[in-house]
Amino acid sequence: MNPFQYHIADRATNAKEIFSQHENAKFLSGGMTLLPSMKHGLIQPDHLIDLSRISDLQGIKDNPEYLSIGATTKHQEVAASEIVQRSIPGLAYLASQIGDPQVRARGTIGGSLANNDPAADYPAGALALNARMVTDRREIAAENFFTGFYSTALEEGEVITQIQFAKPLKSAYAKCKQSASGYALAGVFIAVFPNQEIRVAVTGVGAGVFRWAEAEQAFLNGQFKPNLQRDDLISDLHAPSEYRVNMAQVLFKKAAQQIQNN
Amino acid sequence: MQITVNGQTQDLSIKDNTLLIDVIRDQLQLTGTHSGCDTTQCGCCTVLMDKVAVKSCTVLARQAEGTSIQTIEGLAKDHLHPVQEAFSEEHGLQCGYCTPGMIMSTVYLLQTHPNPTDEQIKEGLAGNICRCTGYVNIIKAVKSAAKKMQETQV
Repeated sequence: MNPFQYHIADRATNAKEIFSQHENAKFLSGGMTLLPSMKHGLIQPDHLIDLSRISDLQGIKDNPEYLSIGATTKHQEVAASEIVQRSIPGLAYLASQIGDPQVRARGTIGGSLANNDPAADYPAGALALNARMVTDRREIAAENFFTGFYSTALEEGEVITQIQFAKPLKSAYAKCKQSASGYALAGVFIAVFPNQEIRVAVTGVGAGVFRWAEAEQAFLNGQFKPNLQRDDLISDLHAPSEYRVNMAQVLFKKAAQQIQNN
Repeated sequence: MQITVNGQTQDLSIKDNTLLIDVIRDQLQLTGTHSGCDTTQCGCCTVLMDKVAVKSCTVLARQAEGTSIQTIEGLAKDHLHPVQEAFSEEHGLQCGYCTPGMIMSTVYLLQTHPNPTDEQIKEGLAGNICRCTGYVNIIKAVKSAAKKMQETQV
């Protein structure tokens, strides 16, 4: 890895200050994507600002209307949280399916969302659950947050502090893993809200997470093979786009049946 | 920076871009922790950081500042650790390269699942890759280790 200077931030405001004082700085939390990207030379920051010691950014809190998860909360903590398991079981399950145990012990929800890998799991959960990303300066609805291939609405130096998830009546996630990396070849999250709104989000299939309108309609009609057509389908050495689309249909059925049986 | 490795506090002078694995292997000469893929996939470099299994090739040494690290060398006291014994007895290794990582992941798994099912073992070792044995004896070794550890506790 190229040389860089490492900084520890103790508060979100302090992280922002350090960022503004240094050129070519990046925020670091678990480092599960950032450090490998740096080893490969894909990014070469001169400064890393470690957010993982900021206590305000950690932990899971239950509120009457929503569940709040601190940005540097680790996947393992979300997976094992009784609060999450009780109020959004699909999200706890999603977290338990990321990477492997060692990766889940380090990787964080905020890091995953800010990176917006097209095959990452959390973006599907956040979009289906109508999450709000709370940052050091504003709140961003999931609809406006994910803006495409590895891109988000976050501005330069903006830090996610917590993610607020609306509590669904029911939730389920189904995923087909790429066996070496654990990333989703396809992943489908379904959330059913008290006002009967159905939200279905898909990861691993398009250039970024998306809502699947045909599946939302199909769920209401009790049809389990919705059509999926997009012009940004992923096709690579791991799986052609036809396979990913077919898997999305299979996984939608699986998740929908899980919701109906619970 | 200060870091505790196998119970001993170490004062180290390092560059900010040093990885935890390089501190463990090069500075502390604890070469039981192996570097396999260097891309967070194979798990050969697994150590316990504050009792949690992590891949030391993808942790900056500075991120581990103030934590307590346990490596394969820290397991055996007067005798081999029960997990080490079980891997030896059940032939849970062939070339042995992945073994330190497999053993550290097993120690972590047995902390939370003292009596794991086959499925829990597969899930618990999903971050560790072995290219020789085919995993059957590794799973046997984990089960045997679980039994040994429960017996020693009684």
